[in-house]
Amino acid sequence: MNMLRNATLAAVAALALTSGQASAAGAEIKVTDYAFPFEGPFGQFDQMQLQRGLQVYTEICAACHGLQYLSFRNLGDEGGPHLPEDQVFAYAEFYEIFDQALFDGEGDFRPATPADKFPMSNLSNAPDLTLMAKARAGFSGPYGTGMAQLFQGMGGAEYIASLMTGYVEEPECALEGEPMDGYYNIAFAAGGFPDSCKGDHGEHLVPGSWIAMSPPLYGDDVTFEDGSSTELEAVAMDVAAFLMWTAEPKMMARKQAGLTGVIFLTLLSVLLYLTNKRLWAPYKNKKA
Amino acid sequence: MAGIPHDHYEPKSNGEKWLYSRLPIVGLLYDTLMLPTPRNLNWMWIWGIVLVFTLVLQIITGIVLVMHYVPHVDMAFASVEYIMRDVNGGHMIRYFHQNGASLFFVAVYAHIFRSLYYGSYKAPREVTWIIGMLMYLLMMGTAFMGYVLPWGQMSFHGTAVITGLFGAIPFIGEGVQTWLLGASAVGQPALNRFFSLHYLMPFILLGLTIVHIWAFHTTGNNNPTGVEVRRTSKEDAAKDTLPFWPYFVIKDLFALAIILAVFVAIVGFMPNYLGHPDNYIPANALATPAHIVPEWYFLPFYAILRAFTADVWVVQIVQFLSFGIIDAKFFGVLAMFGAIAVMALAPWLDTSSVRSGKYRPMFKWWFWLLVVDFFVLMWVGARPAESPYDMISLVASTYWFAYFLVILPVLGVIEKPLTPPATIEEDYNAHYAPQSDSAPVVNPAE
Repeated sequence: MNMLRNATLAAVAALALTSGQASAAGAEIKVTDYAFPFEGPFGQFDQMQLQRGLQVYTEICAACHGLQYLSFRNLGDEGGPHLPEDQVFAYAEFYEIFDQALFDGEGDFRPATPADKFPMSNLSNAPDLTLMAKARAGFSGPYGTGMAQLFQGMGGAEYIASLMTGYVEEPECALEGEPMDGYYNIAFAAGGFPDSCKGDHGEHLVPGSWIAMSPPLYGDDVTFEDGSSTELEAVAMDVAAFLMWTAEPKMMARKQAGLTGVIFLTLLSVLLYLTNKRLWAPYKNKKA
Repeated sequence: MAGIPHDHYEPKSNGEKWLYSRLPIVGLLYDTLMLPTPRNLNWMWIWGIVLVFTLVLQIITGIVLVMHYVPHVDMAFASVEYIMRDVNGGHMIRYFHQNGASLFFVAVYAHIFRSLYYGSYKAPREVTWIIGMLMYLLMMGTAFMGYVLPWGQMSFHGTAVITGLFGAIPFIGEGVQTWLLGASAVGQPALNRFFSLHYLMPFILLGLTIVHIWAFHTTGNNNPTGVEVRRTSKEDAAKDTLPFWPYFVIKDLFALAIILAVFVAIVGFMPNYLGHPDNYIPANALATPAHIVPEWYFLPFYAILRAFTADVWVVQIVQFLSFGIIDAKFFGVLAMFGAIAVMALAPWLDTSSVRSGKYRPMFKWWFWLLVVDFFVLMWVGARPAESPYDMISLVASTYWFAYFLVILPVLGVIEKPLTPPATIEEDYNAHYAPQSDSAPVVNPAE
């Protein structure tokens, strides 16, 4: 419900209940309100966009990041990229996974099958991406009221796309102090931050922070067979949409069930309203 | 049977008589369902049904979730994802259960504030109130332990914070915390026992629900006027009341259907809106989230916990007088539990002779200020512990205590209440034209 990763000691302060903690509330991060097709109660995943996002993930992200909760067979699911079965098999075979059962329990590598899960990341500082779109939805301002999330559909997909496009030139204040490790990103809050960019009370004067990951996308990083735009923003949105699906693969089914439920319950309320009115009528001769 | 005079169950057939002489269970159900209920109950009296429904919903969805969940620190998070992805309908069951907790607390807060406004806690309903407060505490414990089970970042670090509260108790705190966690830190023993208790406590709640209902069936329902149902004769009682079935059952079901439509919309369209994103990150003892924020329903009391910091003079005085035993941290813990304790003591703190807030011109203002105060506390509980939020939470927390400890006792003395109607019948007829003397329709739903 808060600005998620304000570089602050609030958590520690809450624990210790001590006063006079230096308040070091961070500046806001800059998250753009991208318009995704899956926003709102009737929003749906765009199957082509998910397939493009899968391609971006495969060609770029997968070098470092894993998708450990996602099975290859999910790629064929309705309400997802919905790849044909043969393509799911072919895609899975690209991956080598370690199978403990092989080689008399010694384990060995083999090509993956649709029943296997995507491999997890081997790099300790490359977090798993399966749930990223749900785990990074916490900038629901203003003032923690969650209105941005409620009315603009701001969520983790916006965050991911903003992070991809958030690499900008270092602010001048950063050049004054020690050179920073990593890359300046206006959408990233949890990274290092130079003292020379902090105000008198420790507040951040520029948005974002320094992230270890080098810019993964520059634009024209991939070639889409459907001729879709390969500009930075478009590709960032494609991969963000794909990661929204990996985090919430049943979203379409859920919204459908929700809609059916709401319609059914609305009808039921109308019937119960009429029943109730009829039932009480003898006792409620409204005064004229 | 004590209570409002009304027709009791009479076994008619031989079969009924046979059972009745051995186990009068049908009579018990009949008398429970046909309870004479004040006919002037308004729409704030529907939350009880919502609460019963939610308890059953949580138990049923919970039992199904347990069939797939694995209470192990290395597998709990993945098993929840398994439920979300691979169990048939698992994502709906899990989201219903997760958001069901929120529905539970929306209903319980509405229920509690209704009681506070209409004086439902006052004599002779103190026992109902106290049982209700116990249920509320149990609910909070259950919700907290349930939140631990997915073993996400907030689960883990929230557990550390909340059990840390007990660690603040002077002298024995550390021992108590270790005893609660089954270890010196949050880990497998804590997960196992919280899982066990999370399964147990709803059934205790179910038992207390029955006692809660039993208690107010003995005293009769309160109602918006706060005037008691006449017990002088069956006829008098019948003028003030209508049987619970079908009149109030149908009314309550209508309200429940509307509330569920909203609930299903939230589950279907924005099931993660009320949750914290960090709980989709697997628990990691080495990485503490920037903010540890409890779920929304704990926020008002979390704000009170954090409000009393070491620079508040009351805290300093208490610390001085207690020779440092009660430091700021322990003071905060006492304040949090005290905030609920003073609410539980409301029946004895409220000195007014008039029960319903409807007839208390000054009380009304203070009451609505308390409601606003509650929402302010909820909001400020999720804000960082820094200026100006620290001051806001201090003022809001102080008002919470002032309402129960000062305002309620004093108002009863200085306030000049209006005169409530003499009977419920009078109040009801003021809204609806009086009945003709003819008997009511025998089967009105025909």
